[in-house]
Amino acid sequence: MASIKPRVKVPGSVAAGEVFSVKTLINHDMESGQRKGSDGNKIPRKIINKFEATFNGAAVFTADLETAISTNPFIEFTMKIAEAGDLAMKWTDDDGSVYETSKSIVIG
Amino acid sequence: MNILKKTTLIGGILALSLGFAATAQDTLTIATETGTQEIMLKVKPPAWSPLPELISGLVFRSKETQSLQADDFGNPGMVFVEQAWESWNTTDGSAGKSCADCHGEPAKMAGVRAVMPKFNKDKGEMWTLEMYINNCRTDRMGADAWKWNSGSMVSMTGLISLQSRGMPMNVAIDGDAAPYWEQGKEMYYSSTGQLELSCANCHEDNYDNYIRADHLSQGQINGFPAYRLKNAKLNSIHNRFKGCIRDTRAETYKEGSPEFIALEVYVASRGNGLSVEGPSVRN
Repeated sequence: MASIKPRVKVPGSVAAGEVFSVKTLINHDMESGQRKGSDGNKIPRKIINKFEATFNGAAVFTADLETAISTNPFIEFTMKIAEAGDLAMKWTDDDGSVYETSKSIVIG
Repeated sequence: MNILKKTTLIGGILALSLGFAATAQDTLTIATETGTQEIMLKVKPPAWSPLPELISGLVFRSKETQSLQADDFGNPGMVFVEQAWESWNTTDGSAGKSCADCHGEPAKMAGVRAVMPKFNKDKGEMWTLEMYINNCRTDRMGADAWKWNSGSMVSMTGLISLQSRGMPMNVAIDGDAAPYWEQGKEMYYSSTGQLELSCANCHEDNYDNYIRADHLSQGQINGFPAYRLKNAKLNSIHNRFKGCIRDTRAETYKEGSPEFIALEVYVASRGNGLSVEGPSVRN
């Protein structure tokens, strides 16, 4: 599989207090741990188990992902802000890897 | 008695609303990274077509599925397109070249998908997009050919299809293509398998009717490669042909077989006029 890369779509600028949606997508196999490979052995579980979004350091949205979540998990949530800042997002993998990205949102 | 009457009434309303699952919508506006793009979902057929109207497979899908394709960010097929973009720029093979070295930007491929499959005059045979890609790989790059259904191949057809999105399908059916088209037509109307079904039995006679709790489409291939929700990846045209023929309980042809190439010519031409949609989102 190609490198794991998070993608995020946010409006570049929003009005203060306006509710807007954030769309995120990360390419990941989300191997459930319940499938068997061609050799008959179980394929070990490897999923994104946690997603966290913080805005200027304060938690906005977090989710614990479980094994039934499909490949390439797509997470969409809504939020509103009073001031400009950075929306930081973090995906935690079972193997300990962390994938991070950040988007700046301005008031305008 | 009263209850029975009510049930019949509800049943009637249900049947009515299901009958109109194919919406009146004629176009779809797709939100792209830079703006919007419009594709045609319903168009007039070519003069020879047996269909009264050409309808994109998207029309027969649920609102939720349609909305996935209406936004490139939400279209899961784009993940694979991005991967293909990486391999477009990656050097491979003994010649030390990448796709980009000869072709530049993928945008140069605009229009390619709309005319596929296309007769290759030099080789004297009908070639599909996959064959053109592999010819580049083996002859120009000195790299190994990709398997027809491999992730790399299907993703690359996705990247190339995307460059032509919105353009009308325009597959040549005359001249050198005529014998292939005739063979494909013959196959389209021939019964196969234990169920003795031809392509036309479902996709011409019964489109929009129910089959296994789902609407039959016209079997158009303008949206390929298609991201299918059932297997969470892009699927090639020949893979879909195989699935259809298998469902008639027949032994199928192989991907890349002369039979499937001929069938692809005919089926693609049945959609002449519909927009190139790939990578589309389907069930």
